[in-house]
Amino acid sequence: MMDAHALLFEEPLLWEMGAPGRSAFSMPERDVPEHPLEPALVGDYPDFPDLSEPEIVRHYTRLSQWNMSVDTTMYPLGSCTMKYNPKTNERQAALPGIARAHPLLPTELSQGLLRLMFELERLLAEITGLDAGSLQPAAGAQGELAGMLIFYAHHADQGRPRTKILIPDTAHGTNPASAALCGFTAVAVPSGPEGILEPDAVAARMDDDTAGIMVTNPNTLGLFETHIRQVADLVHAKGGLVYADGANMNAVLGQVHMGAMGVDVLHLNLHKTFSTPHGGGGPGAGPVCVTQALARYLPVPRVLKVDDHFTLGSDFPQSIGKLHAFYGNFGILARAYSYILSLGADLPRVSQLAVLNANYLRAGLRNHYHLPYDRPCMHECVFSDKHQLPHKVTTLDIAKRLIDYGFHPPTIYFPLVVPGALMIEPTETETKETLDRFIAALVSIAREAETDPERLRQAPLRAQRRRLDEVQAARKPCLTG
Amino acid sequence: MKDIEELHFPEDIRYSQDHEWARPEGDLFVVGISDYAQDQLGDIVFVELPATGRTLTEGEDFGSVESVKAVSELLAPLAGEVVAVNAELEDQPEMVNSQPYKGGWMMKIKPANGADYDQLMDRDAYLNMLKG
Repeated sequence: MMDAHALLFEEPLLWEMGAPGRSAFSMPERDVPEHPLEPALVGDYPDFPDLSEPEIVRHYTRLSQWNMSVDTTMYPLGSCTMKYNPKTNERQAALPGIARAHPLLPTELSQGLLRLMFELERLLAEITGLDAGSLQPAAGAQGELAGMLIFYAHHADQGRPRTKILIPDTAHGTNPASAALCGFTAVAVPSGPEGILEPDAVAARMDDDTAGIMVTNPNTLGLFETHIRQVADLVHAKGGLVYADGANMNAVLGQVHMGAMGVDVLHLNLHKTFSTPHGGGGPGAGPVCVTQALARYLPVPRVLKVDDHFTLGSDFPQSIGKLHAFYGNFGILARAYSYILSLGADLPRVSQLAVLNANYLRAGLRNHYHLPYDRPCMHECVFSDKHQLPHKVTTLDIAKRLIDYGFHPPTIYFPLVVPGALMIEPTETETKETLDRFIAALVSIAREAETDPERLRQAPLRAQRRRLDEVQAARKPCLTG
Repeated sequence: MKDIEELHFPEDIRYSQDHEWARPEGDLFVVGISDYAQDQLGDIVFVELPATGRTLTEGEDFGSVESVKAVSELLAPLAGEVVAVNAELEDQPEMVNSQPYKGGWMMKIKPANGADYDQLMDRDAYLNMLKG
């Protein structure tokens, strides 16, 4: 275990600080006539604490010192691709022409920004092997919803709306919710003993009332769906469409052609694969890419190039409509564009290294933790607590103990097909030294499970906060001051 | 989590493969989840139950339980019509953890065919399944 010493301060809640009337800003002087508010808009205002600017800045800076982030440690959250966010992305996104652009500027004054969006769309289409796309969805779940609305629009145009969607039990967790939000009934497809889809299981469920399938490839076990082409052919033969969840795209950048796999619609998470900030409540981006046949349904407005001029066009009568105010989270798009152009022809190396790193962890840990599917993985590997359970040490205890060793815990208890899952995704940005330290930490924890299980059940012992009362927080959430 | 020996499985109820139980009560059956299921799920923070009057087929998803670990579907052990649900679970979902067979009951159903109950596992068969 690494030595850890830091001066960490206890921190009161914001409402326990400050003094009445204290303020961190001055309201600008009113320069328009006063006008009474609609009575319906007047009421009790929120209980904001009265604080000075230094109090606020120090409060959040101190709290951030209790935290773990991708800038302070490895953050191997499976399925989430918490890769390091290169600082050059921030530099480009902060350029005044980008950071200070106003969305209401006329297109003649936004040519550079529209060009960036147009080119990013083309780059993502090239990377996925699909034909067209929209950058508009605000995050992965909205990208999925866009995909489902496109499925619906396609089948409605064929004159026979369909009601069901096939979703493998190894698909990304949000898929059933996105399908349900669009009015489809999710039909679960069990994966086979190898942890991947078997064509027979799809054939048995695919019928004329099924709109298609939502697959995640590689799936949430980190395994490549080797029968994907057969599955796609089965679905297409019954008139269905294939949706690919791009959550795990970090495994296959420049390695596979999604169009050739039979994919009709795919969303990407720029905040996963393309290194824009992820987590912390900041905005994401979930562009959706489609085949030429489905391009007519993409959200509007679309970025168009006419001669050398870029415009926003909304004259697409079959479009599923608008998904976001203006056109998505532009600052995130700028970061992803910066990332793709910075790596250029090296982009496929990202996936090679991500897969290599995951397999390095798998090989280093397989003698210490149960590996339910013991075969080469893609960019993430899934262990379980089966070997630790006889000592009454669970996945949660192992995850909490990792904090003491200076690592953010991996994803736990997902995917659901593995009881007590520990889903580890190192990403390509970790060095061999860091991976070795991570392996050593988990090996040491496996030893502690045998020799001192109680210590694990008490972990984390060295964090500023120990185990939070998640149960109380979920049952009786306190959402205001 | 507990060893199977530490868990409680009453003799007067029957169990489904998906870890729900059913107990006859007059013409009706009371349904809940087993001690094993609640122990696997961990602390339950929310229970979603069906509307009364809904007709369920055997194995149909009738609601969900959310724990700090995951959200899991509830699958009907018997076909029938929902005649009552345990409204107390809205405020006290923890009763599913503390009293899975009493205060943690979930719904009462009027069975489509009362004899279906005999197809469910008795305590010994369920224990054998758990011990695999």
